[in-house]
Amino acid sequence: MTGYIYPNEIELQWGLLIVLYPYITGLVAGAFILASLERVFNVREVQPTYRLALLTALAFLLVAPLPLLAHLGHPERSFEIFLTPNVRSAMAMFGFVYAWYLMVVLLLEIWFDYRHDLIKWSARETGFMRFVHRVMTLGADDVSPRALRFDNAAGRIITIVGIPSAFLLHGYVGFIFGSVKANPWWSSVLIPVVFLFSAIVSGIAAVLLIYVTSCAVRHQPVDEACMGKLASFLFYALTVDFSLEMLDFIHRLYTAEESIKILSALVTSRLFISLVVMQVLLGTMIPLVTLALTSPAFERRAIVKIPAALRRRIFVVAALLVEVGIFSTRWNVVIGGQLFSKSLRGLTVYKLQMYGLEGLWVSVALMLLPLAILLVLMRILPPWTDAATAAHRESQTGAVITPC
Amino acid sequence: MSDRSSDPGGDKRRRVPQQVTRLLVLFALFGIALLAARHYLVPATFGQMGHYRAAAIPQNAAQPVKYAGREACADCHQDVIELHSSGRHQFVGCETCHGPAAAHAANPTEVKPRVPRERDFCPRCHGYDPSRPTGFAQIEPASHNPGQPCVTCHMPHAPAPPTLPASCGACHGEIARTKAASRHATVPCTRCHEASEQHKQAPRANPPTKPTTREFCGQCHARAAGASSGVRGPESGVKSPEAGGATPDTGHRTPDIAIPQIDMSRHGQRFLCWQCHYPHSPEVR
Amino acid sequence: MEERKDEAPGSRLQAPESRLQAPGSGPQAPNQEARSPKPEDTGVDRREFLQKCGVAAALAWVVRVATAEAEQRADYKAAEHLYGMVVDPAKCIGCGRCMEACKAENDVPADPGMCRTWVERYILTTDGQTIVQSLDERGPNKPAVDETRILRTFFVPKLCNQCAKAPCVQVCPVGATFTTPDGVVLVDKDYCIGCRYCIQACPYGARYLDPRTRTADKCTFCYHRITKGLVPACVEVCPAGARIFGELKDRNSPLARYLRFSMLQVLKPHLNTEPKVYYANLDGEVR
Repeated sequence: MTGYIYPNEIELQWGLLIVLYPYITGLVAGAFILASLERVFNVREVQPTYRLALLTALAFLLVAPLPLLAHLGHPERSFEIFLTPNVRSAMAMFGFVYAWYLMVVLLLEIWFDYRHDLIKWSARETGFMRFVHRVMTLGADDVSPRALRFDNAAGRIITIVGIPSAFLLHGYVGFIFGSVKANPWWSSVLIPVVFLFSAIVSGIAAVLLIYVTSCAVRHQPVDEACMGKLASFLFYALTVDFSLEMLDFIHRLYTAEESIKILSALVTSRLFISLVVMQVLLGTMIPLVTLALTSPAFERRAIVKIPAALRRRIFVVAALLVEVGIFSTRWNVVIGGQLFSKSLRGLTVYKLQMYGLEGLWVSVALMLLPLAILLVLMRILPPWTDAATAAHRESQTGAVITPC
Repeated sequence: MSDRSSDPGGDKRRRVPQQVTRLLVLFALFGIALLAARHYLVPATFGQMGHYRAAAIPQNAAQPVKYAGREACADCHQDVIELHSSGRHQFVGCETCHGPAAAHAANPTEVKPRVPRERDFCPRCHGYDPSRPTGFAQIEPASHNPGQPCVTCHMPHAPAPPTLPASCGACHGEIARTKAASRHATVPCTRCHEASEQHKQAPRANPPTKPTTREFCGQCHARAAGASSGVRGPESGVKSPEAGGATPDTGHRTPDIAIPQIDMSRHGQRFLCWQCHYPHSPEVR
Repeated sequence: MEERKDEAPGSRLQAPESRLQAPGSGPQAPNQEARSPKPEDTGVDRREFLQKCGVAAALAWVVRVATAEAEQRADYKAAEHLYGMVVDPAKCIGCGRCMEACKAENDVPADPGMCRTWVERYILTTDGQTIVQSLDERGPNKPAVDETRILRTFFVPKLCNQCAKAPCVQVCPVGATFTTPDGVVLVDKDYCIGCRYCIQACPYGARYLDPRTRTADKCTFCYHRITKGLVPACVEVCPAGARIFGELKDRNSPLARYLRFSMLQVLKPHLNTEPKVYYANLDGEVR
């Protein structure tokens, strides 16, 4: 501890679990927006990742409340948020945004997209999978052309509604921090927007990584056009995100309000590694430069010639760095905002525990859990039904699956 | 939750799509569950007075009281109260020193409050600390009757000291220490402030005087017109130590300290001297 | 799960205005017949969860009734009062009795990192620095710098400002912290979920999480005392009269003189929280 902090500030209130939460909801929003690119904006190239993006979003959204529940002093009372919400509280209202997004946007979208497949699969399968798929159809087994057109239209509308909902989902998380006028590091009009764009960035990068991984596991070639498009969108989103963060930074330095002294001390001492090195350098600048160098625009003008395999590896590395960078961003916001005193006179430290609910291992487990859930989801709702995957499933379940 | 899927986007057939009916059933069930939860799980008094459980107010108010309050002591300890109310500690509550006494008030014979007689208790308030307001009675514990309990000389309920303090610094410690390290170290307090003996007994009722004119400082610091600047001694107005001078002036002065002298008609004419020069530490650099 | 002591659940639970079920009979009814959630949905077992909630709610109700009985506030009308405080740092001698009394009166954890009220020492040095220290009520408290470097120094008592526009009340997601009609911001320990948002939202650092109840906690103006006509414990024991408690609307209150004659300030006025703790003779360096 350096300088002066209020006595009650010695203990940080929100720790690693609360860093995880905006990170996870960010991945959700970003993955969904990626999916919407294909559905609404007809970006055909990213079609192979459409269903994967939806399942990724669902897997992470299901895990999102868990760090919060683990952090609460009384998780058994958490239902109070839904029964007696304080409508003036951003946190309470977010519970409803989350519920809306989960039930009305994501689950419905997935349902409408998969319904026809569910009916087809359950007709040919046996045993447990058949039961699961039948239940998931909710008994709506109409496969007439009219019904299928309805599915398509409904899915499209839900996606259209879902885009602002996804914006709302993660923008709201930003607002939960940005509306705290007591904290000059958080209190900013830009925070919801920065959160949103960094969410988009992390979501696209996550889907890219999961897509590459699942292609490798399925021994399928990666769709180069898809990868290139994902990388392009990652680049655009990263540019906007970086510009917004720089805008916030420049604005703070220029206006030099009272908090600038302690915040500068914060960034140069406590947050140097996580902000300057990991968030800006590793997480933004290096991916920006590498993605720019490998972008199709440069390719066409033959400024840089990079073989396809190397390009893919560069994309993967860039995506990994971006994920590290966005995680650091969340860390810098949540933990960084509590490392300085509200008296603006001192800095404290965050002691990360190893064990216990607030410890490192639980957080690692919570980050791996969505991947495990995603594996299950990909089992129950396969995103791709290409020939190889079909053959693989046939050998496993004995069912006959025709590629869609 | 409203069901967005009920807008098929242009299909004007009479039948509602099967998907819509199934989903509506699902959402209806969910809504019923939510309403039931609201009915059974929201506490009865919630919302009666505002967005909170009204029963929390009496709950908070029902916490046990540990400090009885000084009015409670008067019921039994009238004699002490009489002594206390005319002494220097009259505005200090009983429980400030005796600790929480509600238990004692409820059960006077079995529960007794603490009676702090240790020497390290009184300096919590009266030990010298530079951040304490000037004029608050402070002593340096290490040098003030070391080893002896405070109660030897001071009755806590009427703690007037057995002898009046000799020096102003006994209560005005911070000023005394500041002045002692300054150019005015050898100037006794009484040179500038007249304090009657009553001031030591009832300080706020009998405040000391303070200089009001530039000419007062000019008594030492004015350069008479035409006179060469020289060494002047503070021989006029020297009070003997017994009258309360903080640092008795024995007439001994280091020869090379000159009293700064200025032309009173020119120097800072629109101001009083102490608006720029702090008299207790008048160093200009 | 619940650490509250269970009062003997007698006939009180059947009181007509209760809309809660008695413990044990749990809210099994409608939910169990609801469509079972999809397999990949929520990781929480809903039935057990709701049973626990039913028990918790019933227990809370019992505690409310039991404690309400013990309280003699029958003739106390909250609407007739509006409490406030004036703090005069010029009088504070930094003895720490207020901190000690508050911890004793309100059973606050002894940890120096959990204070409902505390005292700060400000030292402005001759070379332009401002150094602040918190007092430890167990003492000793030595100034951080040598006396010769001190330009100006004083003590400032701090506590919850009982804001009229409290940001903590605004952000509480469930309504567990609220302002009473007599102007005091309280925490409902039986309803708080321990999310700590209020602690983040308080600009004054007045709140902390009580590790024993795992709920937020803060100065309550000793609500249990003031509703009985006493003054808060810190005010009771202050030997220097640096804390003045009273009614903001009453012309005869001890506050009235300060409200008339002093230059009063509040902490962090730019945040517009409208504190009801006013500071007379407040130095500009105080945050």
